[in-house]
Amino acid sequence: MKNNQSWIDQRFPLSKVWNEHLAEYYTPRNFNFWYFFGGLAVLMLGMQLITGIFLTMYYKPDAANAFASVEYIMRDIEWGWLIRYLHSTGASAFFVIIYLHMFRALLYGSYKGPREFLWILGMLLYVLLAAEAFFGYVLPWGQMSFWGAQVIISLFGSVPLIGPDLLVWILGDYAVGDATLNRFFSLHVIVLPLLLVVLVFLHLVALHHVGSNNPDGIEIKENKDKDGIPKDGIPFHPYFTIKDSMVVVGFIWILCAVIFYAPALNGYFLEHANFVEANPLKTPEHIAPVWYLTPFYSVLRAIPPMFGSQFPGVLAMFAAILIFFALPWLDRSPVKSIRYRSPIYKWALGIFVVSFVMLGWLGLKPVTPTYALLGRIATALYFAYFILMPWYTSIGKTKEVPTRVTE
Amino acid sequence: MSEQTIDLKKRRFLTKATGVVGAVGVGFVAWPFLSTWKPSAKTKAAGAPVDVDISKLESGQLVRVLWRKKPVWVFKRDESALDALNSEDLISKLADPNGTGNSKNQQPKYVSSNYRSIENKEAIAVIVGVCTHLGCSPTYRPEPGASDLGGDSWKGGFYCPCHGSKFDLAGRVYAGVPAPTNLEIPPYQYVTESLIRIGIDQKNT
Repeated sequence: MKNNQSWIDQRFPLSKVWNEHLAEYYTPRNFNFWYFFGGLAVLMLGMQLITGIFLTMYYKPDAANAFASVEYIMRDIEWGWLIRYLHSTGASAFFVIIYLHMFRALLYGSYKGPREFLWILGMLLYVLLAAEAFFGYVLPWGQMSFWGAQVIISLFGSVPLIGPDLLVWILGDYAVGDATLNRFFSLHVIVLPLLLVVLVFLHLVALHHVGSNNPDGIEIKENKDKDGIPKDGIPFHPYFTIKDSMVVVGFIWILCAVIFYAPALNGYFLEHANFVEANPLKTPEHIAPVWYLTPFYSVLRAIPPMFGSQFPGVLAMFAAILIFFALPWLDRSPVKSIRYRSPIYKWALGIFVVSFVMLGWLGLKPVTPTYALLGRIATALYFAYFILMPWYTSIGKTKEVPTRVTE
Repeated sequence: MSEQTIDLKKRRFLTKATGVVGAVGVGFVAWPFLSTWKPSAKTKAAGAPVDVDISKLESGQLVRVLWRKKPVWVFKRDESALDALNSEDLISKLADPNGTGNSKNQQPKYVSSNYRSIENKEAIAVIVGVCTHLGCSPTYRPEPGASDLGGDSWKGGFYCPCHGSKFDLAGRVYAGVPAPTNLEIPPYQYVTESLIRIGIDQKNT
């Protein structure tokens, strides 16, 4: 065994990588609940890749056969229903985890220097994941797949000057059809998964270079013992590998409960209308994206058409996502963690969370005058969090940050 | 043996020249790949005209046909519905009642302004059933006074379930809704009294 290891080590840096990234990778010892989600996100990526590979063996990316092939997987393939529900419910679970993972960054200022690039890589991952989920939702070719694609792709038709040509180029036809479905399949199973895996790798490289933030927002590398080991750090392996394994067990329990008892979660994870095959002649009574994209859909609906064009609303929707990238430079606070931030920041974050949840909820609802007004208020509050951030993070009294982690 | 020196100027020139040639090459190679996304020859050929027989169309009835993969509505309006299209009460609520503003490219020249249908065939409307907002297909709601659409002020028309846009029975958009323009009227003609051909302009008579 020892001999084998040295044989490999002479030819490949196995022990070196193991030590640098696991056995001698020092992680803050005060990690709490909010630090579970990075590892769980990797687990979900793995699960989506494996279930996806198996679904691809039976799914047919053809407008005439796609819906039937999904039903075939659900009814006639042994255990096919489980693989399919793991994948479709898994997509929603993935977003639950990612949103909690991102909220952790807002709570403890994890996007602040020196982790700006880590944050940017993470945001790129989020944008790609949203695209991946959208393409995936089109594939079963149900009513929601079709009309959701119709609405989202129409957004590109509103771009001034090039819009109509761009729209036809994306569709490969004059309406959503077979060509569209087939290319979305390619993007969903090859292009985006490859990019996601590469970006996850880069995200981890960046993380291990700068080290993890923690609930106190202290740099543990600034306080090392005589051997150069951070005094508040403990090796990732075995401490966090074991802790994370326990978390994985608990998480899988919850996931299984949903998959076995409410895989469509009453229309929230798989909308009812998607159990009907796509019909280009009839729009369902009410259409909405799946819950994880509704906040941005609400922003789109909140902006009225201007100059005879829907384009301003489309810009606002993309701005609502892209503005996250600027977060490290909008935040002027001298402290990272919510524990030591000023009361005004706590209010701002609270209002932001309420506006985000509100937008998400409104996006699931049909448009009424009251909801339209609420949507505009929530949109204004959403953007205010970012636009006013340079101001409200530079005023207000912050608490003194300790030199060593607490707990 | 002369002493070897590194000619940095030459190296920079070669690096830049290679870079420029490479970028041009990448651009040329990208073109065929991106072009594969354009509609294929087969797709382009599939946009043939569609015939609709209206001899059995009842008053108030609507039929949907697919033309260039888009739903097209062919429906018959009764006298009271046609009168409503002319009423000041309705016209004042529309964004572009005459189709001369933002909606000027939404209909062929040979349809009348208030009914948006071919002359002497006012009762029959032919409209592309795709909302000009984001491409949903609006619902046919011909009944005047529908309580969920504003009660007495609703004169009958189309309601888009996606984002709440409203159109009248001539496909004209109401003011203050998300859709920016009137619904599109496709080119169409009467082949006989009871046969409509969608996709070809009416011949000048």
